[in-house]
Amino acid sequence: MLTALAITTDGLVYAAYLFIVAIGLTLIFGVMKILNVAHGSFYAFGAYGAATAVGIYVDGDVNAALGFLFMISFAMAIGVVMGVILERGLLRLVYGRDEVVVVLVTYAVFLILEDVIRLIWGAQSYPAFQPMVSAGNVEIGELVLSNYDLVLVAIAAIVAALAWWALKFTRYGKLLTTVIYDRETAAAFGINVTLVYTVTFVIGAALGALGGAVMAPKISVTLGIGVEVIVLAFAVVAIGGMGSIEGALVGALIVGLCRAAAVHLAPQIELFVIYGVMALVLVVRPYGLFVRAQPRKI
Amino acid sequence: MSAILAVENLEKSFGSVVAARDINVSIPAEQTIGVIGANGAGKTTFINMITGHLTPTKGTIRFEDRDITGMASRDITRLGISRSFQVAQVFPTMTVLDNMCIAAAIARRRGGLFGAIATPLRSPDAMAEAEATLELFQIGLYRYTPANTLPQGIRKLLDIGMAVVGWPRLLLLDEPTSGISIEEKFNLMSVVMTALKSRKITVLFVEHDMEIVGRFAERVLAFYDGTVIADGPPAETLGQPRVQELITGVKLKPAGAAHA
Amino acid sequence: MFLIAAAAAPALPDWIVSLATIAFANALVVLGLIVMWRAGLVSFGQALYYCIGAYTVALVARRTGFTDAIGLIILGGMAAGLVAAVVGFLLARYREIFFAMLSLALSMILYGVLVKSESLGSTDGFSVSPPTFLGYAPHGDALGRALYWLTLGFGAIAAVFVGGYFRSLAGSLATAIRDNEIRVEFLGVSVTGIVHLKVIVSGVLGGLGGALAALAIGHVDPNMAYWTTSGSFVFVTILAGAGSIAAAFVGSLCFEALRSLAADVMPDLWQMTLGTALLLTILFLPEGLGSVVARLRRRGGAAT
Repeated sequence: MLTALAITTDGLVYAAYLFIVAIGLTLIFGVMKILNVAHGSFYAFGAYGAATAVGIYVDGDVNAALGFLFMISFAMAIGVVMGVILERGLLRLVYGRDEVVVVLVTYAVFLILEDVIRLIWGAQSYPAFQPMVSAGNVEIGELVLSNYDLVLVAIAAIVAALAWWALKFTRYGKLLTTVIYDRETAAAFGINVTLVYTVTFVIGAALGALGGAVMAPKISVTLGIGVEVIVLAFAVVAIGGMGSIEGALVGALIVGLCRAAAVHLAPQIELFVIYGVMALVLVVRPYGLFVRAQPRKI
Repeated sequence: MSAILAVENLEKSFGSVVAARDINVSIPAEQTIGVIGANGAGKTTFINMITGHLTPTKGTIRFEDRDITGMASRDITRLGISRSFQVAQVFPTMTVLDNMCIAAAIARRRGGLFGAIATPLRSPDAMAEAEATLELFQIGLYRYTPANTLPQGIRKLLDIGMAVVGWPRLLLLDEPTSGISIEEKFNLMSVVMTALKSRKITVLFVEHDMEIVGRFAERVLAFYDGTVIADGPPAETLGQPRVQELITGVKLKPAGAAHA
Repeated sequence: MFLIAAAAAPALPDWIVSLATIAFANALVVLGLIVMWRAGLVSFGQALYYCIGAYTVALVARRTGFTDAIGLIILGGMAAGLVAAVVGFLLARYREIFFAMLSLALSMILYGVLVKSESLGSTDGFSVSPPTFLGYAPHGDALGRALYWLTLGFGAIAAVFVGGYFRSLAGSLATAIRDNEIRVEFLGVSVTGIVHLKVIVSGVLGGLGGALAALAIGHVDPNMAYWTTSGSFVFVTILAGAGSIAAAFVGSLCFEALRSLAADVMPDLWQMTLGTALLLTILFLPEGLGSVVARLRRRGGAAT
């Protein structure tokens, strides 16, 4: 019983973090049909930015909550700037090209940015655990949960709710949905697809950075965190369906719970269970759980 | 003489939507048949059932006295039924000759998948067949042109040629003149029909242009609402009041009279 | 080209020989990638076969004491081919991004399994005992040379086979499938079947390459299945272009040379160098360096 509870809570926390990271990726793919490998860089920059921010405010005597907000905003701002530079500067050069070519471009960018991180921050690891520690713990029965983890889940829930509301009820959200369905027709209706692309990419970047920022207090911020995260995010998006936000949510939950179960019950399959689930889902639903297959056009 | 294609009580429904029903057609070898009808009338469903891309819900299809109902389309192609496309389906980055060679080599291959490794693409046999078919359709001049730079009419001829290079005995042409300018339609169909006749191929062609149908078809099948409402020589069927009312339009004179 | 490489061998210093050995081993894997690439399918999981080939060699040598190089390599190729045959049932149904992602997932599954298995050395991997060549057991430099010749041998055989394959119907269907898969189906060919075949071919090549690499490096570890390893194979393919077989070998050689150079001169900026080179190639030389050579050759031919 305790294990089941532990699996559920661990799974939810893990799912929350995966969701925040994956939603940006799936959004960018849904609108722009780009599988952005550099999303890992947004995550990494977010984490490093957060660590830097923590370094800034932890010296002074700052309220923990405010500090946390500062950390997140700082990281997301970095994400926004990076998003703008990348999209305006580079991606628009390859828009017409084959999907796979664009993926390779983002892969190249990712590689470059990995070393940019090394140049800026060096090879050492940065601690950023203060927000987590100052949040304290809560006890549910025999289970000790970090309040920070609860905040993480809350943030994920907020992001999910905001995304759902924005897509359904705001003007921009509806524009986005149209472009996701059929870019050409949307453009024919006078929608400024270029602008939509830029805004989407920037939002995606900010979300990626947010993912890195909220995870920073839980992990050791060092080189290479982007590399691991991308494949995980891919797995989530592949399971949920590329371009589907509900899919990212469900995918994250599935991956999160499966991994938590593996960690508690059969630790030796922890790493491969995620990709195993991904392969399994792809077998049954090649396009993911929430995306309909596109009809062939003859 | 038994029919090359015999369709009995054919029906196809998708859930509660009946796309085709009560189709009974017997086609003798080497006949040229025009299939007419508005979009959604069941023509394409009919064609797709013959080529194996749709499995009929009821009824049988016999080709050369062999039951092919529900057979996989790959096997049906190997048996000798081929089709061409409304929008020409060619291999755009390859030359016309290579396009034809691929079709020829596929038609001639033996030994399944591993046999495909053993057969060279440009074997003398395949090349000979490809060249012969290019000449047959009078597009030999374009043999080294990449397919994506071809004018539309030549593309269509290539598309049909690729369906014919393997010497099929039954050919289904899906709107062969669609997308072709009016001046070129008759020319294109002339070339195609001469080529097909020389290889003694039975032809079913779907067309919306009634003048083409009148000129080139020996027999007309008119589809409406999923079933055949007329079946006979063009002069007769195109003149039927029901056909005129539902498909061709009342003002059109039957083809025989117009082109005296 | 192989003749040049063979002839030059005695004259070259050892470090070049070992570099070239690894480069040509990798070239086999790249060749496998090219086989898929021509059909419009980019495999982001070549590392799967590479790693299987490598671990097969290492395991067989360690567990059974069988150390004959040629035998081991063939075993490695076969093991990878077997895996390819199995996963091919799945992979052959996917295209474009989904193919890339599924191939990635499969290689990561292997990675996950290897990292967690203590018996296989976990993240450290384990070393490969020195191979023998039909009874002959060289040491030191002689071993390096022997491996070099062996790699050249396998490379040449692979090149001949793949060349023939590209000229065959199965190989030509790759372009046809990339161009218009639907038409290929309508002509009576099982596209899934042909793609499955290609997966197997590319798997065998990847396994052979991995096996050779294991012998050349002397060590295997789970990183050989990591997605960044697959990424480097993709990188070489882009750099060299997927148009010719020679490109795979020359490209691999350039890549290893570049990697060596970067390790000496700017070890911290290797990824940036790689990324920049990749970017520039994609933006300005989409067909890779191989196309430049082809263009020069054509112009030279036209001038005469």
